[in-house]
Amino acid sequence: MSRSSVRRDGVHGERPGRQAPGGQGTATTAPLARGRRRGRGGEELMVPGAEFTSYYGRPIIKRPTWRARDIAGYFFLGGLAGAGSVVAAGAGATGRPVMARALKVSSLAAVTGSAAALVHDLGRPARFAHMLRVLRPTSPMSVGSWLLSAYGPAAGAAAVLDLTGRLPRLGRAATGSAALLGSAVAAYTAVLAADTAVPAWHDGYRELPFVFTGSATLAASGMALLASPVGENAPAVAGALLGTAVETAAVVTMERRLGMIAEPYRHGRGGRLMRAATALSAAGAAGAVLRARRSRSAAALSGALLLAASACTRFGVFHAGVASADDPKYTVLPQRERLRRRAEEAAAASTAE
Amino acid sequence: MSSIIGRNLLAGAEPDPAGDAGHGPDHPPRVGFFTDTSVCIGCKACEVACKEWNAVPEDGLALTGMSYDNTQGLSADSWRHVAFVEQSRPLGPPAPADAADRPVDPAAAPDHSGVDVFALAAGQPAAAGAPDLPARAADSAAGAAPAPPSPDGRTELRWLMSSDVCKHCTHAACLDVCPTGALFRTEFGTVVVQQDICNGCGYCVPACPYGVIGQREQDGRVFKCTLCYDRLGAGMEPACAKACPTESIQFGPLDELRRRAAARVDQLHAAGVPEAALYGADPGDGVGGDGAFFLLLDAPEVYGLPPDPVVTTRDLPAMWRQAGYAAASLLGGLAAVFAACGTHRKGPR
Ligand code: SF4
Ligand code: SF4
Ligand code: SF4
Repeated sequence: MSRSSVRRDGVHGERPGRQAPGGQGTATTAPLARGRRRGRGGEELMVPGAEFTSYYGRPIIKRPTWRARDIAGYFFLGGLAGAGSVVAAGAGATGRPVMARALKVSSLAAVTGSAAALVHDLGRPARFAHMLRVLRPTSPMSVGSWLLSAYGPAAGAAAVLDLTGRLPRLGRAATGSAALLGSAVAAYTAVLAADTAVPAWHDGYRELPFVFTGSATLAASGMALLASPVGENAPAVAGALLGTAVETAAVVTMERRLGMIAEPYRHGRGGRLMRAATALSAAGAAGAVLRARRSRSAAALSGALLLAASACTRFGVFHAGVASADDPKYTVLPQRERLRRRAEEAAAASTAE
Repeated sequence: MSSIIGRNLLAGAEPDPAGDAGHGPDHPPRVGFFTDTSVCIGCKACEVACKEWNAVPEDGLALTGMSYDNTQGLSADSWRHVAFVEQSRPLGPPAPADAADRPVDPAAAPDHSGVDVFALAAGQPAAAGAPDLPARAADSAAGAAPAPPSPDGRTELRWLMSSDVCKHCTHAACLDVCPTGALFRTEFGTVVVQQDICNGCGYCVPACPYGVIGQREQDGRVFKCTLCYDRLGAGMEPACAKACPTESIQFGPLDELRRRAAARVDQLHAAGVPEAALYGADPGDGVGGDGAFFLLLDAPEVYGLPPDPVVTTRDLPAMWRQAGYAAASLLGGLAAVFAACGTHRKGPR
């Protein structure tokens, strides 16, 4: 922390101003200067302009203990599985058997992987069954666990019955229920993230579900492009466009509405991943529209780009959230602003009387 | 206890959280802490007592340079945390008559950055290199404020100390989001983790608006203050409150504590400490009021507390609604795509 050393003849080295400043939070109401690096762990505590005070620059809320690979990976795989089941049902209903089968299989693989990631992330993996000990509607993780335990078998049955060709009636029922439950699986993970005190997640709760379903549509369309013959892939191309449009619109709306809390979506690791996602989805969608109906390899390449785009979005959202939890300004300043507005409203109400 | 049907249990004032959690009508009154930071001396007896009573393991040995605070914050292995804030301004307003209509302005606080404490300790005159001393001297001649390090060794240092703890929120986000039911509301209205149930999913950790609960890495489970559930059950007060030598940590039924705290604020205001304010005592706030609330002498964020915490589940109905729309639009959008592309016909194009 401190880089100074005390010797007999005095103190040498850096002695950063490590006084926790006094003050009343924001003096200014302006959205913060962006990108200002704040010292962590006791250095650079005096903020110029005294617009923001904190306790030695330490975070106020705790960052998620989740590992990015597990939980962002879970978001990605859950979306791929869920939207994949919807695409599989659509492909099955419109006479595209190769696409339908491929997505049923990929959904089964993805949901298995996502469950494994969830269990792996537990502090006590052996106690994973405690997830189904209660059903708690206020806990998106509880709701999600029950959802997954209904969706998983449905997706599994759909895939296995398609591959074996057995019990076609039951197979159609499984495909249909997997599609219905799958759409919920793809959307609920946004609530899972938003139902925390993490500013970039919580405050984005209006748009985040659309970011996630858009991203899931991208992933499933990408998988469909990757796995189906060109003759069948028209819906996958349209799905790629739809997913790109929904996701981009949702991200733009969210960033505009969030104001300064959107900074972690634009800067740092989260920002880099979000930008990569935009570039990859644009390239993937363009490739899909221009070449995927003609060339099998172009379709596969576009599909891979779209899958990568979806993964980047999930990791981007994850890292943006962590960054917003780590910097106390994202917790303090919006709350200060809220208090100020409330005080203003109260003052206005009392003068109106 | 009124019926819980048809009431908003996610936010707002809730007079009887234990009753609403299913404890019978004869459950004991809700208890909590009133932490009066104006009398805290930073002895950390509470930290030690908590560690000892609850056998909380060592939480890392670090020299942080954050005043006398090497604990740094609440975590799985620190259930009490004493914050130390050093400020260059006196406690309460200076004596003069115009004090009342002068706002407390941190920028006007004396700047000690030019003061060489080693020179002072060696007995040399303080004036060398202290840029604002002449101005301050003029100030003190006018009776505005005493000058910094004066010959008797007194300074204008204001040292704020505050013992932080789990707030045992009326609407506890940690409890609301716990998927296993490991976190529960006790008959005392407090919030406790059942260690044999917690599977370490970690959801409660980012959900707490105060950053209280934490995961113990080697163990995998989460831990936090239990408000000494075991001691309460035996009719004893919590270890930290028991150990506090200045009654900074006051334990008792919440109603009584709220009355006592209001009286203390009035007393401090009358004594010329206008910045004394309660934090977390209002049942109408974003978490429905804290079971453990505080009297602070500066803005909450100065102590590392959020200025206006809100329980995340207050917005949960809106979140589920949005997710419902998103799921429906996913289904609808892809259905439209397949409808538009039509049925695929086999054979060469
Ligand atoms: S939400 Fe945080 S402060 Fe409130 S009871 Fe839970 S751990 Fe304690
Ligand atoms: S980590 Fe334990 S206490 Fe926290 S939400 Fe998960 S199961 Fe509940
Ligand atoms: S009430 Fe008990 S568990 Fe909580 S901080 Fe005090 S001593 Fe620790």
